[in-house]
Amino acid sequence: MRFNPGGVLAIYRYELSRTVRTIWQSVATPVITTALYFVVFGGAIGSRIPEVGGVSYGAFIVPGLIMLSLLTQSISNASIGIYFPKFSGTIFEILSAPLSPIEAVTAYVAAAATKSVVIGLIILLTSTLFVEVRIDHPVWMVAFLVLTSVAFSLFGFIIGVWAKNFEQLAIIPSLVVTPLTFLGGSFYSIDMLPPFWRTVSLFNPVVYLVSGFRWSFFGQGDVGVATSLGFTFAFIVACLAALTWIFQTGWRLKP
Amino acid sequence: MPPIIDCVAVTKRYANGQLALDSVDLSIERGEIFALLGPNGAGKTTLIGAICGTVSMTSGTVSVAGTDVVRDFRAARARIGLVPQEIALDIFASVRTTVAFSRGLFGRPADPAYIERLLRDLSLWEKRDARIVELSGGMKRRVMIAKALAHEPDVLFLDEPTAGVDVNLRRDMWALVRRLRSEGATVILTTHYIDEAEEMADRVGVIDKGRVLLVEDKAALMRKLGKRRLTLVLHDPLSALPESLAGWPIALDEGGRRLVYAFDASADDTGVPTLLRRLAEAGVAFADLETTASSLEDIFVDLVGAGS
Repeated sequence: MRFNPGGVLAIYRYELSRTVRTIWQSVATPVITTALYFVVFGGAIGSRIPEVGGVSYGAFIVPGLIMLSLLTQSISNASIGIYFPKFSGTIFEILSAPLSPIEAVTAYVAAAATKSVVIGLIILLTSTLFVEVRIDHPVWMVAFLVLTSVAFSLFGFIIGVWAKNFEQLAIIPSLVVTPLTFLGGSFYSIDMLPPFWRTVSLFNPVVYLVSGFRWSFFGQGDVGVATSLGFTFAFIVACLAALTWIFQTGWRLKP
Repeated sequence: MPPIIDCVAVTKRYANGQLALDSVDLSIERGEIFALLGPNGAGKTTLIGAICGTVSMTSGTVSVAGTDVVRDFRAARARIGLVPQEIALDIFASVRTTVAFSRGLFGRPADPAYIERLLRDLSLWEKRDARIVELSGGMKRRVMIAKALAHEPDVLFLDEPTAGVDVNLRRDMWALVRRLRSEGATVILTTHYIDEAEEMADRVGVIDKGRVLLVEDKAALMRKLGKRRLTLVLHDPLSALPESLAGWPIALDEGGRRLVYAFDASADDTGVPTLLRRLAEAGVAFADLETTASSLEDIFVDLVGAGS
């Protein structure tokens, strides 16, 4: 046996069935959250904000809102996906299976990313109930959706391996990812910021993701689309490098 | 044919510096039931972990049927089923789902008929669609065994399988182990219940402080290290031994009604004929006699005691 595609598929299916078991939570939460954002930002506040780059404010925030959910969902799905077996002890089964580390990561990350992409699409559909959304580059839109989900599922997987308790599991998403997402241009164009903060924002990785994603909708972004893509790939490579090290050393997985 | 499991100089030092396995050499033959005995913290679970892949070795090599467990981990692990000491299950999954998942994890194609037989054998079929969280502790342990056997392994590791398990499950488990062996599987178990090792195992390995103290055919071990005791039930109580038996390893029990003589069964001269002749000469009559072998437990306590 050179590869174990059956094993990868088993984990992938199992993880998705875990999602299906909690389908209402998984779907209702993002739909309700998105609806609230549209009521508050799109309706109440957005009506007083002029168009941004020729796009109504309500439509302008759609890509940012999707990104916001995509990042938090990818991280939480993937981190719980691997943290839970560690916590309950069922990780022994993965470690003692004829499954390479790459295969295990592929399965968990693919499952987490699949769920994120589905949620992203649900949010997109929900948003069309509130505003008119136009998508200039649908293929790129899907590409960004998938790449971002994969990148942050990888990141979430690392957090799940690193976390020793539920507090640690929650701390990175709430202390690092949420602020970066809010300050990453989800609700505004960084052109709206004073020059100093605009420069600071360029160090925020989420800016590149939101920008690329927004470009796929409206053909305009804060940074070039190539930069956005390059950044996403760089992030994926960095996560893969960290994971390779984790599995080679057995760090926090095996004594 | 190479041994089914071959450990060579397996050493594990944990990050905190504790030496859990100290150059362990151990060969396990195909088709045997091997019992690994040792006190808590002896290194039993670490050794199983090193073989199965849940613990990374510091040094040494392990091969399963000739394939290295690190270099060729897929082939090696495909043969192994592991039932760890602690129950570890996704409590929200159903019995059948989790068992089928274990089979899938090993890349085996789905086989509902095999899973059904397995669940029936373990008295789990009635509970096949129940969620794990609804099961009793004993049932959960049966699920653990079903998961370990789901991919049809030919080596089964049972780590403390009957700790905290009721009589029914113990009996079922040993019946299962015997059947697996009769089908050609190899079973390696660790246990605190020495009587179980004594009853079940073909060979016994004693491990303490990360070192294998001895590996021996169970019967030979019992013969080699086994002391026997001869107990005579006397007609009339004795207050003291006859002078001709002074210095013999004899004790008087129950107010002199019983005379107990310890001897080495494997010695050329056990001393039993001499003892009986001298008792007759001294006019001591007895009503009954019995000899008993010391249990594996006595041997074990002796060995581990000597090691410390």
